[in-house]
Parts: sequence; C-alpha cells; structure tokens
Amino acid sequence: MKNYTVSDAILVSNYIKGDESSLGMLIERHKQRIYSFIYSKVFDRDVSEDIFQDTFIKVIKTLKSGKYNEEGKFLPWVMRIAHNLVIDHFRKGNRMPKFEENGEFSIFSVISDGDLNAEKKLIKGQVEEDLRMLIQELPEDQKEVLVMRMYRDMSFKEISEKTGVSINTALGRMRYALINLRKVIEKNNIVLTN
Amino acid sequence: MANFYLKPSEKEETKLEPKKSTVDFILNYSKALKVTEYEELQFETLLN
Repeated sequence: MKNYTVSDAILVSNYIKGDESSLGMLIERHKQRIYSFIYSKVFDRDVSEDIFQDTFIKVIKTLKSGKYNEEGKFLPWVMRIAHNLVIDHFRKGNRMPKFEENGEFSIFSVISDGDLNAEKKLIKGQVEEDLRMLIQELPEDQKEVLVMRMYRDMSFKEISEKTGVSINTALGRMRYALINLRKVIEKNNIVLTN
Repeated sequence: MANFYLKPSEKEETKLEPKKSTVDFILNYSKALKVTEYEELQFETLLN
C-alpha cells in the first residue's frame, strides 16, 4: 500500500465539499488498479473502458448526493462497485448472447436450416454425375438391373418379370454391378462423398 | 536462454490503464453534474 501525503479520505471529503481536482487525484491514484481489475475479468479493452467509466459515474453520483459513508475505505468501495458492474455486464451478456465469428465457435455450425448450401449442392451434383458415368461402363445386363432397382425403384420381382430372368439372376447381376462399381472406384481413386 | 528469462514480457511492460479520453470524460461529467435537494427529494442536473 502506497503512502500518500494526502489520504483518500481527505480527498473524498474535499471533493464532496466541491473541490473537483480531488477527484482527478483519486482517479490518477487508483485508475491502474481499478482498470486492471476490470480487465482481468472481461479481457476486452473497450468493455473495460465502459465499466471503468460507469464505475466512476456511480462514484460521482453517490459522493455528490451525500450517500457515501465509508470513510477511509475509498478504494475497496470503488472496487466493489466495479465488481458489481462486471457481474452486470456478464448477466447482460447471458440475456443477450452475442454470436461473433471469432474462429473458435460459430453458432451456424449448431443451427442450420437443414438444406444443403450452394457448395454442397454443387458437390452432390458432381458426385451423382460421376456415378452415372461409372454405371455406363458396366456390362449391359448388370447396368440394366442396377438402373431399374436404384433409379426406377423397382422390386427384384418386377425386374425379373421385365427382363425375363429369375429373381436370383437379377439379384446376382445387381451384386456383380456393385462389386464392379467398387472395383472401378478403388482402381481410379474416385471419391464419391459429399 | 538467460535473456529469455530476464527480458520482461510484453504484457508486464504494458501498464493497463484507462484511456485519457475516458478519464477526461469522467472529470467533465463530474464538473457538469449538480445534485440539488428539495425537501426529501434529490435532483440530478447535468450542465453541458
């Protein structure tokens, strides 16, 4: 604790009597400690400036209205006001959460409209186009079954009736179609994911 | 290595204190604020 020639209590008393320069001395004396305390809680220079300012506005109002009765404990009193204003600041923040893009967290990663964005739509279109081209490379009988099953949503019974083969043969062609597609995809390192 | 420990960090060198404009605002606010009492009522007047 520093020893000052004029104590805080005297400066406060002089200020209450109308000596404005006493307030300047009190601020000069304690500004670093009060400001550092506020900054250590909020970690934001602008918010710290605001809270520091509001703290002294409260101090001034209390002193000028004659409600101050803590003689000799000026700094702890101011620190308590600052502390309460810091709490108010965080309460206000909880009521009205700010969503800032600071690289760490984005609210839009949690809340989305469920639709694909433009980039994902583009990728989806490309994947589907690539797959169509791969299907064209399949042997005709396998391609026919796969297209009927996957694109026309036909059952294997319907496919067997339409193609004139047994259900088992249709199932086998479908199986080989998928195996062959996988082989081509692996061989050419094709990425078909969104 | 010694320098690494002996050199004060940037954080320590910077004194955290409010801007001059903030302090000036407070001092001007104080000069402008007048609290007048009337019977049991208090009125705050801000003279600009």
